[in-house]
Amino acid sequence: KRVPAAAPSVSMATAGARPLATGQAAPGAMAAAGSPSVFLLAVNGQIESGQFPGFDDLYCKFCFVYGQDWVPTAGLEEGISQITSKSDVAPTTLVWNFPIDITFKSTNPSGWPQIVVSVYGPDFFGNDVVRGYGAVHVPFTPGRHTRTIAMFVPESTSRLQKFTSWFTGRRPEFTDPKVVAQGEGREVTRVRSQGFVTISFNVVTKDMKKLGYDVSPSDMQNPSLVPVAEGIHRY
Amino acid sequence: MNRSEESQMIIMEEFLDEDPAQVERLRRTVTTRRHRRKKTLPEAVCPPEPRAEERSRTSMAAAPSGAAPAALRDLPPVPSTSRTGFAEFSVRERMREKLKAARSKAEITLLQEDPSPRPRRLKSIRERKTEVRLDKASDNDKFSQTQEDESHLPSKMKFCGSVKKVKQKSTFQNDFPSAEEAYNFFTFNFDPEPESIKAGARKRNELNEEEEAEEECVETHEDEQEEDETDEDVCLVKDDDLFIIGQTAEDFLVMKPADCESYSEQLKKEKEFLFTPSMLAVPTSEKMHGNMQPRYLEDEGLYTGERPFVSQSNQNILENRILRQEQGKEWFGDDGKILALPNPIKQSSTRPPIFSLEEGIAPELETVYRKAIKMTAANQYLVGPGDLQGPFQLDIDISGLIFTHHPCFSREHVLAAKLAQLYDQYLARKQKNLTRLLTDKLHALRNAVQCSIDGGSAGVPSPVAQQSIPEYKIEIRQTRRLRDAEQEKDRMLLKTIIKVWKQIKSLRDFQKFTNTPMKLYLRKEEIDQRLDEKAYEAEIQAEIKELLEECMEEYEKKMEEYKTELQEWKSWKKTQKSKKKKKKKEIHEEESVEDCDLGEERIKPIPPKMANSLDIEQQVREKADNCRRKPGEPALIPELVLSGSITPTELCPRAEVLRREDVKKRSAFIKVLFNSKEVSRTATRPISSDFRVHFGQIFNLQIFNWPESLKLQIYETMGMSSTTLLAEVFIPVPETTILTGSAPMEEIEFSSNQRVMLDHEGVGSGVSFSFEADGSNKMTLMTSGKVSNSVSWAVGEKGIPLIPPVSQQNSGIPSALKNIDAIASIGTSGLTDMKKLAKWAAEAKLDPNDPNNAALMQLIMVATSGEAHVPDFFRLEQLQQEFNFVSDEEFNRSKRFRLLQLRNGEVAEFRNYKQVPLHEREISEKIFQDYEKRLQERDVIDSKNYLDAHRAVVANYLQKVRESVINRFLIAKHHFLLSDLVNEEEIPSLGILGLSLFKLAEPKRPLKPRRKERKKVTAQNLSDGDIKLLVNIVRAYDIPVRKPVTSKLQQPSKSSRSFNEMFAASPSAQSPMDSPDWAFNQVLVRPFVEVSFQRTVCRTTTAEGPNPNWNEELELPFRAPNGDYSTHSLQSVKDEVFINIFDEVLHGAVEDDHERGSGIRTRVERHWLGCVKIPFTTIYFQARIDGTFKVDIPPVLLGYSKEKNLGIETGYDSVRNLSEGSYITLFITIEPQLIPGESVREKFDTQEDEKLLQAAEKYEADCTSKFPSRQCLTTVIDLNGKTVFITRYIKPLNPPQELLDAIPNSSQTAAELVARYVALIPFLPDSVSFAGICDLWSTSDQFLYLLAGDEEEHAVLLCNYFLGMGKKAWLIIGNGIPEGPTAYVLTLEQSQYVIWNPSTGYFYGQYDTFCPLQNVYCLITCDNIWFNMQEYDSPVRINFDVSKPKLWKSFFSRSLPYPGLCSVQPEELVYQHSDKAAAVELQGRIEKILKDKIMEWRPRHLTRWNRYCTSTLRNFLPLLEQNQGKDVEDDHQAELQKQLGDYRVSGFPIHMPYSEVGPLIEAVHSTGVHTIDVSNVEFALAVYIHAYPQNVLSVWIYVASLVRNR
Repeated sequence: KRVPAAAPSVSMATAGARPLATGQAAPGAMAAAGSPSVFLLAVNGQIESGQFPGFDDLYCKFCFVYGQDWVPTAGLEEGISQITSKSDVAPTTLVWNFPIDITFKSTNPSGWPQIVVSVYGPDFFGNDVVRGYGAVHVPFTPGRHTRTIAMFVPESTSRLQKFTSWFTGRRPEFTDPKVVAQGEGREVTRVRSQGFVTISFNVVTKDMKKLGYDVSPSDMQNPSLVPVAEGIHRY
Repeated sequence: MNRSEESQMIIMEEFLDEDPAQVERLRRTVTTRRHRRKKTLPEAVCPPEPRAEERSRTSMAAAPSGAAPAALRDLPPVPSTSRTGFAEFSVRERMREKLKAARSKAEITLLQEDPSPRPRRLKSIRERKTEVRLDKASDNDKFSQTQEDESHLPSKMKFCGSVKKVKQKSTFQNDFPSAEEAYNFFTFNFDPEPESIKAGARKRNELNEEEEAEEECVETHEDEQEEDETDEDVCLVKDDDLFIIGQTAEDFLVMKPADCESYSEQLKKEKEFLFTPSMLAVPTSEKMHGNMQPRYLEDEGLYTGERPFVSQSNQNILENRILRQEQGKEWFGDDGKILALPNPIKQSSTRPPIFSLEEGIAPELETVYRKAIKMTAANQYLVGPGDLQGPFQLDIDISGLIFTHHPCFSREHVLAAKLAQLYDQYLARKQKNLTRLLTDKLHALRNAVQCSIDGGSAGVPSPVAQQSIPEYKIEIRQTRRLRDAEQEKDRMLLKTIIKVWKQIKSLRDFQKFTNTPMKLYLRKEEIDQRLDEKAYEAEIQAEIKELLEECMEEYEKKMEEYKTELQEWKSWKKTQKSKKKKKKKEIHEEESVEDCDLGEERIKPIPPKMANSLDIEQQVREKADNCRRKPGEPALIPELVLSGSITPTELCPRAEVLRREDVKKRSAFIKVLFNSKEVSRTATRPISSDFRVHFGQIFNLQIFNWPESLKLQIYETMGMSSTTLLAEVFIPVPETTILTGSAPMEEIEFSSNQRVMLDHEGVGSGVSFSFEADGSNKMTLMTSGKVSNSVSWAVGEKGIPLIPPVSQQNSGIPSALKNIDAIASIGTSGLTDMKKLAKWAAEAKLDPNDPNNAALMQLIMVATSGEAHVPDFFRLEQLQQEFNFVSDEEFNRSKRFRLLQLRNGEVAEFRNYKQVPLHEREISEKIFQDYEKRLQERDVIDSKNYLDAHRAVVANYLQKVRESVINRFLIAKHHFLLSDLVNEEEIPSLGILGLSLFKLAEPKRPLKPRRKERKKVTAQNLSDGDIKLLVNIVRAYDIPVRKPVTSKLQQPSKSSRSFNEMFAASPSAQSPMDSPDWAFNQVLVRPFVEVSFQRTVCRTTTAEGPNPNWNEELELPFRAPNGDYSTHSLQSVKDEVFINIFDEVLHGAVEDDHERGSGIRTRVERHWLGCVKIPFTTIYFQARIDGTFKVDIPPVLLGYSKEKNLGIETGYDSVRNLSEGSYITLFITIEPQLIPGESVREKFDTQEDEKLLQAAEKYEADCTSKFPSRQCLTTVIDLNGKTVFITRYIKPLNPPQELLDAIPNSSQTAAELVARYVALIPFLPDSVSFAGICDLWSTSDQFLYLLAGDEEEHAVLLCNYFLGMGKKAWLIIGNGIPEGPTAYVLTLEQSQYVIWNPSTGYFYGQYDTFCPLQNVYCLITCDNIWFNMQEYDSPVRINFDVSKPKLWKSFFSRSLPYPGLCSVQPEELVYQHSDKAAAVELQGRIEKILKDKIMEWRPRHLTRWNRYCTSTLRNFLPLLEQNQGKDVEDDHQAELQKQLGDYRVSGFPIHMPYSEVGPLIEAVHSTGVHTIDVSNVEFALAVYIHAYPQNVLSVWIYVASLVRNR
């Protein structure tokens, strides 16, 4: 039977119908390294910067959303960064360089971890309001990756509410930032896009291949040599 | 494209300005050119749209050429950007100098010529605009020009550049450049320095000339062409044009008559311009290049696609047209036909063909019969009561068919049928025997009259008799008349029978054969002639006498009338006469007239005739002859038998033989139609010679819904072929009482209006025929007959009739499967045998290039190469196989996949399963065990836990309902609202805005504490330990106090008084005044509170006294089941918070006196006093519970008594004493506050009237807008998930008769007993059973069947009982503690309102402060709803008088009258009698279980049972039940005390309704009796179960611990 290359997005989509196949680990490999029952995914990197034109003094929070078969074994699942101000000169990006470092173990690629980033900052009146939510899957190929996430915020339901929320500084927020990592129920919301956040990941996996999940491209011998540019999402 | 025009204008202007001579010359050239062009233009032709492009192009070419011959040979080219800056500069400089010099001169000339040039210029523009070109000419022009353009592209470019330059300059001045610029431009003289420019210019000029020449040549060519056709008009134009240029403005105006062209001329002209392509075929030679011969590819064997069809004439026209074009031949192919793509229309349809079932179905498409399965209804999440779901059965027995007329009837048959009918009638009449009846009645009446007359003659005629005689007589007359009529009918019938029989006989004689076996016997009954005659005569005489009497009466009456009339007449006559006399004198003429009138007015009355007795006698005799048997004539009794022999067919004439054969050929069958759908049909049976068809078939129809219609269709078949529908018969749907076995056979008549004419003896149908020889007396008969059948409801295995519930009656048939699977109809092309196909393709030599064959060829290629095999089966999702990564078997076998699947399906056990292992081997089989067990047990009733089969069934059913509801909720959970996802502030109202603004100005008061709303947490990302239950125990009132146990220790003398005191539960037994010192010196009670929740126990410190004040906060952790903190899981938490009050008792451990001095060792014992139970769900939904609750204290607490009149705080006490019992003040909440789940957002279907629902919605909206906090309830959801109007639940119902019998007279006690009965039905909150779904209301019979329900079910039942007992009762919808929104019952007793708590059975006066009902929102009766419109809603402060519309807003009012909604409740409740034997058995089992449990809870101690005490207690319990736990009599306690005097007893009875064993065990455990660890302790446990009707059980458990006193 053919095992499709385990793309997390695919697995998310098909998880409802059929869980992904588990290819049997080769018996030879099993003898050599014992037989792993979980695979590990170590992610480190940083939330590098954000571009939020017109906003300043922002900080960001991050957390991971993952499926039921995933367990974080080390590192921090959530974090909150410092407040960053824009520089006065040309590249007016907000630089956080906030490190992330987490290791997961899992038995199933379904529910591959996603990082959820939410950015907050003061508004005109100094109230702390949300400036953007965004989420992206942790890259599943080992190596260094950079991801740029487009951020968005929920919209007010009416003009009057928009005004009052602006006035009172209580803008609509997601009840749980993790909402942005799931598709369910999103149809009832309206959002406005607002800025970008760039995250870099360094991904290391262990035992994936042994358990039958071959994530490296077939024409590539050394996955660590993936050029960085390839991983950047272009928006 | 005005650019060139402008440039030309500029040129012209300049010329005009500068040099008249030059201008003249230029003008001439321009005009000639224009004339030449003009010639081609017809002025009269209405101008088509000017083609600016072409015009510009030609003028572009023309403009410089016009300029070139004029003096400006060295016209300066416009300086282009490529020129060097310096050159440009110098040129400009020089131009400027020139300009200065020339300006003055130019200005002068401008001034001189000012008036003329402008119009001229305008004119020229106008003319240009009207310039029109013929298509053809322009085409030619264009063609030649484009060719030119191509060849001289660079020069053209340059020229464009110059033009552009000019344009750039000129744009500023709209259409023409300023004078100086123009001057500047054209008058410029080149200096020798810019050589290159000059050369360029010259070169360009040359090129332009070339262009000009080219064009000229084309134009002249055109001229030549058209020279022949030019007419005078053209010449005129020429002249005009000359004029225009030459003359001044005045000369332009020429008066001319309007032109009118003749039609022929017009045609002629049109002929010039219009081209009508010929429809004749073009010879092939014209279409081919050179001398090529047409080549036919198809003939050469190459594939040429099929050309789309174009009619030959159209094709010819097109060809002709194309040929006129240049290179038109390119359009033709090798075969001399126009090139064409192959026909795009596909030969095969892209949609799959629809196969007819009959012929040649591909095996893959063959349909397979599957038995019909019941579709689960759309509302599948609510199941109806279990046993009503099954298929119901209707048995239709069709026994046979009898034709009363049939086309094949012979005449004899017709008569026989008639005879049979008459005979039937006769039999029926005979059975009724009306004549006899009436005759008897007549005799009786006569006797009565005789008697009364005789009696009257004997003595004084009583006035009663006098009065009754005429009545009798009237009666006699009527009866006689009736009898006569009946007798006549009888006789007529008999006569007709005989007549018909005679007819038959004569017919048989006539036709010489017999068709029917009918024979009529007339049995003569001999009668004694003499007697008969006598009776006859007597009868006649009596009648005559009566008639005479009657006549006399009548005569007298008439005589009377006559006399009065005569009198009147006479008086009138007299007056007339007198009048006449007067008038005679006056006018003679008038006399006669008047006389006449008067004479006419009154006729002298005629005296009535006396009836003649002879006449009467004759009448009577005549009548008797007619309608009565003659005396002595034997009575005839007809008898119809079927014993006659039918003439065999051989002996019959031919026509008859034919008829018989025809009958033999015919057969009939009946179709059974259910809801107009054929469900079955009988076998086809031949029609017998006597036109009877016997079927004798029974059809069992399994149905789900109440039938809408039942119909039989009777069909007749003739021979092999034709089948005709004779008639349709509707059968009534049987009553629910008609069951199979008891159903009578019924005959249903049918008839058909079919017209049949036959060519044999048969009389036909709808055809008139006659029995007479002369054809008179015709009759027409229609085919008719009777079907004998019976329809009944089948009886199930257990004797349960399989009848659909009547409530389904109006629900109609579920709409047929509307969504027919679309995929099913999509099939692949029927490829069956590949090899055959390939072979055929090879043989047929298919053109492989033909795209039509492409699919086939590819298929054949694939097939023959053997790479892919064509499956020999049909599959819906063909590509699914490709995506399957494991085979289905493997998939099903794998435990891992199964686990993943179950988890994905949100099956309860696996919903939160984390980390599904990667390898099969790591998944233990145990994981599935529980799940599989549950699946198996779903239908298996486990009687172990329930001890009672019925309850097991019910529990099972409830479990199913619960599951389905939870599933429903799970689905609803995936529907999100915006508020679920986004937190958004609500729009503040103006008031709030104002307030907040006001607050800004408020001074800050940092020390003033403010209440902050707690933040609510959605239960999503919570885990164990996050949620805590906070219980704040404030204080308690009236805790029972110890009886002086200690005093007993002090006084070891065992007096009877002390025993008495020891068990004194009755407060009267003890008066505090007895020992005032004791009351103050001793500790009455040392209570503490222990809260246990989910087996976690917390306790307060010990307080002292009966009114302790703790004010302590206890914190208990909360664990959700399975670690699932989602809303629906929290809603279904069944745990309860137990708040137990204990008394801490210190005992001296060492009781030896000599050790007392050295030290005190005490042992702490605790004694349970009472408890309060609050379900977790209540706390969850209420968010917080705050209030004073009644403590559930057992009726007997050994060793304790209620302190009643301890009167320290007198005022408050007096109020409290009204309601007995102890109270505890509590505050309970959850930290953090959880948001309770919302009810499922789903619209339920309903059977209510739409108008009513709308009214209900409006009413609710009205009410809630005024009082948003008050709940307004109009519709509820029943167990089937349908919306039902609430008043339908209220209906007077009968309480069990046993209860009413128990207390025959006292209505008060009976009411209490009924309330207690209702309260004994176990309480099961909906939120537990039906998590997340709003309340489901079951009807009272469902409630009694399920024996579980929550407040509203209890309240509805109690309310219905009260109504049934004749009380005035309402259902209260309100808010109570601790249950929250709830339902109570209100009754009006002796002008006082009483509020009943249906779940406890307690009742409260309206002004009772401790009434748990806090708010009243609505009152509901069976015909109305009242909403509380009063300012307050506390029952103490409101008026319950619903007749006041200001206080209570009623739903049904004058504007919306009550439509008379029928109730959903049953007519009457049927109760099972209480089963005493089962109760006793259950009692024993429970006792055993509890004893085992107590021993289990004391694993380290020996548990001894005091049998003696147990039996005493057991005797005591029925008494408690009898007295409903009140006023336990003292002597029984005394008795107990006497027997157990040596023991220190602590214990109490627990009373509970019985649902399961679990709660009983829990209750016993929570009392903590087993915790005593004194070594010599003994236990006593007694259980008593009292059975009430309908299996409602009241359980008493008496548990006590005994410690022997030394």
